[in-house]
Amino acid sequence: MSHVATVHSLWTISADAPAAILAPDIEYMQLLPVLIVIGAAVVGIMLEAFLPRRARYYAQVMLTLVALAASFAAVVGLAASGHATEKAQIAGMGALAVDGPALFLQGTIALVAIVSVLTFAERRLDPAAHGNRVDSFAAQGAATPGGVAEQQAVKAGFTTTEVFPILLFAVAGMLVFPAANDLLTLFIALEVFSLPLYVLCALARRQRLLSQEAALKYFLLGAFSSAFLLFGVALLYGYAGTVTYGGIAEVVSGDLQRVDPAVAATMGNDALLLIGGALVIMGLLFKVGAVPFHMWTPDVYQGAPTPVTGFMAAATKVAAFGALLRLLYVVLPGLRWDWRPVMWGVVIVTMLVGAIVAVTQTDVKRLLAYSSVAHAGFILAGVIATTPSGISSVLFYLLAYSFVTLGAFAVVTLVRDAGGEATHLSKWVGLGRRSPLVAAVFAVFLLAFAGIPLTSGFAGKFAVFKAAAEGGAGTLVVVGVAASAIAAFFYIRVIVLMFWNEPKPEGPTVAVPSALTSTAIAIGVVVTVVLGVAPQYFLDLAGQAGVFVR
Amino acid sequence: MSPVNYLYLASLLFTIGAAGVLIRRNSIVVFMCVELMLNACNLAFVAFSRMHGNLDGQIMAFFTMVVAAAEVVVGLAIIVMLFRSRHSASVDDASLMKL
Repeated sequence: MSHVATVHSLWTISADAPAAILAPDIEYMQLLPVLIVIGAAVVGIMLEAFLPRRARYYAQVMLTLVALAASFAAVVGLAASGHATEKAQIAGMGALAVDGPALFLQGTIALVAIVSVLTFAERRLDPAAHGNRVDSFAAQGAATPGGVAEQQAVKAGFTTTEVFPILLFAVAGMLVFPAANDLLTLFIALEVFSLPLYVLCALARRQRLLSQEAALKYFLLGAFSSAFLLFGVALLYGYAGTVTYGGIAEVVSGDLQRVDPAVAATMGNDALLLIGGALVIMGLLFKVGAVPFHMWTPDVYQGAPTPVTGFMAAATKVAAFGALLRLLYVVLPGLRWDWRPVMWGVVIVTMLVGAIVAVTQTDVKRLLAYSSVAHAGFILAGVIATTPSGISSVLFYLLAYSFVTLGAFAVVTLVRDAGGEATHLSKWVGLGRRSPLVAAVFAVFLLAFAGIPLTSGFAGKFAVFKAAAEGGAGTLVVVGVAASAIAAFFYIRVIVLMFWNEPKPEGPTVAVPSALTSTAIAIGVVVTVVLGVAPQYFLDLAGQAGVFVR
Repeated sequence: MSPVNYLYLASLLFTIGAAGVLIRRNSIVVFMCVELMLNACNLAFVAFSRMHGNLDGQIMAFFTMVVAAAEVVVGLAIIVMLFRSRHSASVDDASLMKL
């Protein structure tokens, strides 16, 4: 380490000629989808501070919906002006990529968030408390469950309208996550969307102890995994001397023409690359809920307020898979002979564990949680294909899966008894006899999860398995089809439970939702059926979007 | 002293933190162990920054500090809230959803 003793020019400047500091050049138009959402979140916090309580709910819902719609419009505008294809570029001083996969996933996340806001804003399911209509969130999150403060808050008609700006902050992080083009942005985006989700998980109106417990588990495990990710980032920085994706990829592939000669002596330690890459991938696999990092999924999905669960299950998965795709395809393609065998194992275990453990579940939300683990496995099978069709099939699957998930969790909010949502499967017996419409809609979502033809699930599964087979992973496809068959068993079992069994006399009631949740469920059904019957347009769209910028 | 020694120290601190998260039962202590892991990352960043002779790592360390502070805000709020409703901060007591 001879250079250590030298006085370095980076943290000392010569006295005679101070170098001019160049102002960074930011492409505001290309960053517009993210900036709109962050701006609206800040405005939302201001509304919380200055508006009277009575006006907050309507103002927040309007602001959130308008901001998300504007963000989606900005994404569409960028894609229409060619930023997804020939004008793909790296914006914000190398921090963000504006390219096909980023814009496709940002559009998906914005749409998912719009539908989620509809379920967040629902105020007709819970019976009115003291004449005030209430939503799924605690009257006052800080009040002890069952305590005097909580009773007073309920009596005064408080609602936690802060959930809307918190949701917007989470969405902002998720929009950045799949577009992050350096490891610093990746880590910051991860935290920006995780921290609001921890808070949202803790805010259920009913069964608050479960909700708080879910938040604690999610927080501790999430912080644990992001520490691993950060240490991986540190090691990759130690390996390459830079944190930009392009820079690391050049060092990995040995293409060192653009490397700073000062760094050349100290970089290129393969141990740092392998351990660092593994730790970063581990942090991302935690977020997508792949086995063996899936332990938090069932508890958090069960305990969190159901609208939050739907949002989290759909949008987090989209964002995290986007980041994982970019990491594996842009940064570490030169390392694929090292990570593919490991990821093979993860894929097989994820698909099988998710499907098999789901069979034993007796709670609808836990069942959907394990089903999401199995689906993470199916998507990962497309991710590791390392072909262009791998990227586009994963994009399509994420679009299809997120709307099925949102719709399914929205239906779960409708089936209620005296204690709130009736999530135990025994309560769902005979639901089809009592409320055929709700049961039929839920059956559509379950069939889509199972991958039955004419639903979006079939088109998505077909696309990822085809990509995996073309990428030389025939064994994975065989295991995947077997896991799908196991998974189909418990989806069909729920349908049989709902339609071919006599309802119990003390069974739950199906609440009549307002236009908000009805719209959310209707959007879910329409997307599921349209993507199933006529997937070609969307497959083409994903195909065009499937090229990363570097 | 060679900056590589700081990397050994960072790895050691990170391992102590990770082991603490897995072993300790009080959620505050578990959370402190996570913070130790983040600070180990900071040390690694700064050591690598010195080795490479560029400032990226030091900038990363600043961001990590901000993130750690934000995590404290959210984490302590959740832990304190749970403590007030259960009168226990043990992670073993948070087991309502165990199958």
